Amino acid sequence: MTALLKLTHISKSYQGLHALRGVSFDLAAGEVHALVGENGAGKSTLIKTITGAVVPDEGTIEVDGVPLAVNDPAKSRALGIRAIYQQPALFPDLSVTENIALGLEPEGAWRRVRWGRRRSQARALLARIGARIDPETEVRRLTMPEQQLVEIARAIGADARILIMDEPTASLSEQEVENLFRVIRELRADGVGIIYISHRLEELPQVADRVTALRDGTLVGTHPMSRVDRAELIRMMVGREISAVFPKRPVERGATRLEVRALRSRAEGISDVSFDVRAGEILGLAGLIGAGRTEAARLLFGLAPKDAGEVRLDGRPIDVRSPADAVAHGIAYVPEDRRRHGVILEMSVADNATLAVLRTISSWGWLDFGREAALASEYVDRLGVKTPSITTAVGSLSGGNQQKVALARWLATAPKVLILDEPTQGIDVGAKAEIHRLMGDLAARGLAIVMISSELPEILGMSDRIAVMHAGSVVGVIDRAAATQESILALALGHAPHADQRTERRRPPGPAAREAAS
Amino acid sequence: MSGLGFGSRHLREWSVALAYAVLLGVLAVLAPQFFKPDYLRGLLVAKSTVLIVAVGMTLVIVARQIDISVGSQFSVCGVIAGLLAKAGWPMPLVAAGTVAAGAAMGACNGALVSTLGLPSIVVTLATMAIFRETLRWLREGEFVLGLPGDFQWFGLGQQAGQWTVILVAAAFFLAAAWCLRFLAGGRAVYAVGSDAEAARLAGMRPRLVVFLIFVGMGAITGLASLLNAIQFGVVDPNSGAGLELQAIAAAVVGGTAISGGRGTLAGTLIGVALLGTIGPALVFLNAEPQWEKAIQGLIILTAVATDAIEGRRR
Repeated sequence: MTALLKLTHISKSYQGLHALRGVSFDLAAGEVHALVGENGAGKSTLIKTITGAVVPDEGTIEVDGVPLAVNDPAKSRALGIRAIYQQPALFPDLSVTENIALGLEPEGAWRRVRWGRRRSQARALLARIGARIDPETEVRRLTMPEQQLVEIARAIGADARILIMDEPTASLSEQEVENLFRVIRELRADGVGIIYISHRLEELPQVADRVTALRDGTLVGTHPMSRVDRAELIRMMVGREISAVFPKRPVERGATRLEVRALRSRAEGISDVSFDVRAGEILGLAGLIGAGRTEAARLLFGLAPKDAGEVRLDGRPIDVRSPADAVAHGIAYVPEDRRRHGVILEMSVADNATLAVLRTISSWGWLDFGREAALASEYVDRLGVKTPSITTAVGSLSGGNQQKVALARWLATAPKVLILDEPTQGIDVGAKAEIHRLMGDLAARGLAIVMISSELPEILGMSDRIAVMHAGSVVGVIDRAAATQESILALALGHAPHADQRTERRRPPGPAAREAAS
Repeated sequence: MSGLGFGSRHLREWSVALAYAVLLGVLAVLAPQFFKPDYLRGLLVAKSTVLIVAVGMTLVIVARQIDISVGSQFSVCGVIAGLLAKAGWPMPLVAAGTVAAGAAMGACNGALVSTLGLPSIVVTLATMAIFRETLRWLREGEFVLGLPGDFQWFGLGQQAGQWTVILVAAAFFLAAAWCLRFLAGGRAVYAVGSDAEAARLAGMRPRLVVFLIFVGMGAITGLASLLNAIQFGVVDPNSGAGLELQAIAAAVVGGTAISGGRGTLAGTLIGVALLGTIGPALVFLNAEPQWEKAIQGLIILTAVATDAIEGRRR
């Protein structure tokens, strides 16, 4: 029997970084094949090669034994390949009915729209997955889990032969998950091949026939689901050596700087965040994508309002309502998306570095360019920013140097607490080591650092302690000595420290569906 | 969360309609002479052209674009209609030529916006000036005089001509509303304006849709300009001045979201009616007519502010 889908030796690299290296994967009709791996293991890239969103550098893709010469989104749709993405690709201003219909109807601008047929189709599909959603509602009024259900209904209505589900249960309740699994079993019985990606390892035995693990873009192995247990899966996902060297310096830890108690925000999907950081300490904030790490940082920096909870700085409670408040209290935040929020690409190194301290380099509202240049030069030297001059536009520097400029801006405010969100994402190895060295220096000078990172080796290498988040809450804090990739991942996946204790699944609150439109 | 029915989805349309009904009620009590058939017919004719342009503008805004060059396009099309008629073209060809001229100008806008990916506000700001100044340079501000007899009111006489304008506008409005609701192409306008990337993933071609909308906007402006030009014995080269703002204001007051994806033609119709009645109402109520613009501005602000408040609540 030929496989429904067969990928052979797929490789893809982005600017020298290997996202996939020689990965082979196959899917039979009537099979549910689970795909597991850490953040960045290459799952999304593999999926994108199947849907045609990404063209692999090497390797072949066969559908029904026929090799695809070229693949693009239209071609893969025509072959009956459909994907449910983690981020629903829906039309916020249109009704549920129309969102479902637009993914399913044929093309043609002069085609007559049959509203009655659209409505009954939407109702039937929603009923099939057991979703109680009024099909007349506009999608922007739905919560994130409800939007996910609409996306699932649309994919199921497409009569796909190959259905890819990327974290479909991430935000669903227990009952909704049950319904989804029932539908998956029905589809499997109809001969649909399903690729199922999930971080919820405990649900895989309920639906999957086989499981494939990816790690660092390579294939770890494919096994029948009945032959592997959860511990084995976790081992497959993380079992690598820490390759990079992290220059962690032992630092005398001082008094507690920042205390965060029971922070909560419905809008940001944060239900219970508590941790503290001492002077000279680096606290790693670990968790899967969507666990609420960035959102927690946004609350601390005043970018989003908190509903409840307390933040104390040096023992005194503080009320941070805006980034300006945060800066005044000595909290600095270097955001994740450097190019969008961290630096202003069109502006010079000097302008960027002094943006947060304009008041100190100006008198009576007039900027003192001499002082600006002096301050900028000082930080360029201290951080080792490689730039032709301080008047060079930041956009023309390398990623690592852009990140240093972003860092310079906040160090110029002389902060007590520095929050770094994915500080080394997308920068090369050399610059990464330099950023790590800088972090060590800053900690040695008594700064309290909170480092958010999706890279477990970085978390393990740089942190004194590690707070792990899951579904909007800090579920555990582990000491450096006791931390292992397995223990962090187990917490991040929502398992209690004792593996046999079943944790209650929490439905993350709040919609936060889309950033407020435009 | 769910269960919001027809009523609340079209809350804006209903509330503007209510405001309009109140205004008509006040006029009925205090100034019944407003409802004289001759006067009303004249008002309808005057607002027919605004309505047609506002329908096109609603499509443009729903697709998350804007076209501020329609006033200039309108002026250019009016002069072209006059010159074609003067050159001896039969009226049906004059009409077709005027609409085609508008479509060509719209195609310029559409090509710049969709192929180069330029923001439409900048593109149409530039073409607004280019169209207007080119006309001024070629015609030196001259009126088109000496039009043939079958130009004014299509040679039908005033009353029949007025009814023709009103009926053409009404038929156009109904056809547009039907297409927008019941043709796949109409729904594509909403889809593209709501989320262009999601539209692409659903198999649409957002750039083509945007291009065609601008072409349509130009053609619609040509039609409106023709219906305006034939009302007079001469063609004024500044006939479209300020028209873009009237059209945008009517769409926004009628509930079209400036951020795209939302809006109905029914709302736009009520918006045109409300804004168009304020001026005459002030005259009939013996109020100072110079307040017209200020009151219209207030209505627009109220409309946008309710959007913002509603948006925050969701």
